[in-house]
Amino acid sequence: MTMPLHTEARAAGYNFAFLDEQTKRALRRALLKAVAIPGYQVPFASREMPMPFGWGTGGIQVTASLIGPDDVLKVIDQGSDDTTNAVSIRKFFRRMTGVRTTERTEEATIVQTRHRVPERALSDDQILVYQVPIPEPLRYLEPRETETRKLHALSEYGLMHVKLYEDIARHGHIATTYAYPVMVGDRYVMDPSPIPKFDNPKMHRMRSLQLFGAGREQRVYAVPPFTSVRSLDFEDHPFAVQTWDQTCALCGAGDSFLDEIVTDDRGGRMFVCSDSDYCSRRRGDGETDPARGAAAE
Amino acid sequence: MNDTPLLQVEGLSKRFGRIAACDDIGFDLHDGEVLGIVGESGSGKTTLLRCLSALIAPDRGTVRYRMRDGSRRDVFALSEPERRLLMRTDWGFVHQNPRDGLRAHVSAGANVAERLMAVGARHYGEIRERATDWLARVEVDTARIDDAPRTFSGGMQQRVQIARNLVTHPRLVFMDEPTGGLDVSVQARLLDLLRGLTADLGLSAVIVTHDLAVARLLSHRLMVMRGGQVVEAGLTDQVLDDPQHPYTQLLVNSVLQP
Repeated sequence: MTMPLHTEARAAGYNFAFLDEQTKRALRRALLKAVAIPGYQVPFASREMPMPFGWGTGGIQVTASLIGPDDVLKVIDQGSDDTTNAVSIRKFFRRMTGVRTTERTEEATIVQTRHRVPERALSDDQILVYQVPIPEPLRYLEPRETETRKLHALSEYGLMHVKLYEDIARHGHIATTYAYPVMVGDRYVMDPSPIPKFDNPKMHRMRSLQLFGAGREQRVYAVPPFTSVRSLDFEDHPFAVQTWDQTCALCGAGDSFLDEIVTDDRGGRMFVCSDSDYCSRRRGDGETDPARGAAAE
Repeated sequence: MNDTPLLQVEGLSKRFGRIAACDDIGFDLHDGEVLGIVGESGSGKTTLLRCLSALIAPDRGTVRYRMRDGSRRDVFALSEPERRLLMRTDWGFVHQNPRDGLRAHVSAGANVAERLMAVGARHYGEIRERATDWLARVEVDTARIDDAPRTFSGGMQQRVQIARNLVTHPRLVFMDEPTGGLDVSVQARLLDLLRGLTADLGLSAVIVTHDLAVARLLSHRLMVMRGGQVVEAGLTDQVLDDPQHPYTQLLVNSVLQP
């Protein structure tokens, strides 16, 4: 008789969810501090994970410190449940915890994400965990960590607008489309991780807890439920999200973030929802499919 | 005009180990007055400037500054946020090397506008207009507003740095060898510009230089430093034309005549 994978991992000496309990406690203390100071970057002792930094080790450690046997986990990468990063992280947690995983956004208690916020609104008993490559929004303008910490401490954020100014001077509009800086709780400027700015408004007063983990940079930060998250802008160049002329070629949705997919080498392309769960559910719910409908006739 | 000095320095001393870089220095600086500090390399003039501008803390002594509201405050007793606010609104610091005072990777316009945004300007059109205006005032071609300063010549970079400091209308500017490293004709134009700006804006300034010609052109009063001490002080013309101290006499006689 073969053992389930997680029992096998236990037998091999691994703790539940890979990290040892002391590490999880240290991480949870850091997370509590992060929740207490919305948008503030809290240092933590990031561990070696069985995958390289840059593959979501921060998010994975945050999830590992929170997850219990009764949790249901959903992992998405660029909105999709079936891209490499999502598949391997989901497999990692199935193997290390044995918890149930799901692709349905509303079933999950923890959603770990890279580069997207799910289209379906999250509820207050869910936690959204972001994978963050570079937690410091001021990094490219001010390389000194000692100085950026001081800027955060004194709330001196003029520099952030220098970046937006450069965008307008160069492109005529604010050309930052992802990792768009936000002001959290009217106090700290925060990098929302490389989510498209389309998702920024969803973070504002979101019902669920949002946690951010940066493994290589050894920082966690958080946005507690119902916290204001305002995207920075200029009075005469207000913040605006991306829009598309098309609707989703598969489900026809006009309100979701669309990925452009090149279909051949003759210029063929289609726009589809990046949130695979949202898209497939809409199709399952009997939404019309203009592309497929035309092909069938 | 105000009778109380803008900047009042008393008993300022700073040692680096056994070396006394500044030894018991005191002076007053009034509104609209330009003070030159001259001396040879290692005489402590740059250290003095860094102490005055609160970049480093002295071992002893006070630097009192008259704030915009008229109150006189010891700059080292200010809280850090207050001091930083002062530095980016009421004060300017022009470095000898413009690369120390500019952000190399953002455009000239953004360099000039940074202080505006740091004090809360959030209207792009207005910010840009003021940046353009200031670039024009320091005689930088406004068509180059979106170019990075690293593509500029040394003299242009220095002018951008000056615009960047003056955009918030500071009352006091510290300059460390503002014309160092520039060739003579560029120096002359920059000096012209600085003289015009300080006069137009009623700026007070403390200018450190080893170039007596620069000191004569820009400053009203002069302090001659040697070995961390002020050996002679007075009106610029008086000090340069009738030097009393042997060291000042040496300094004045050392100037090469072309």
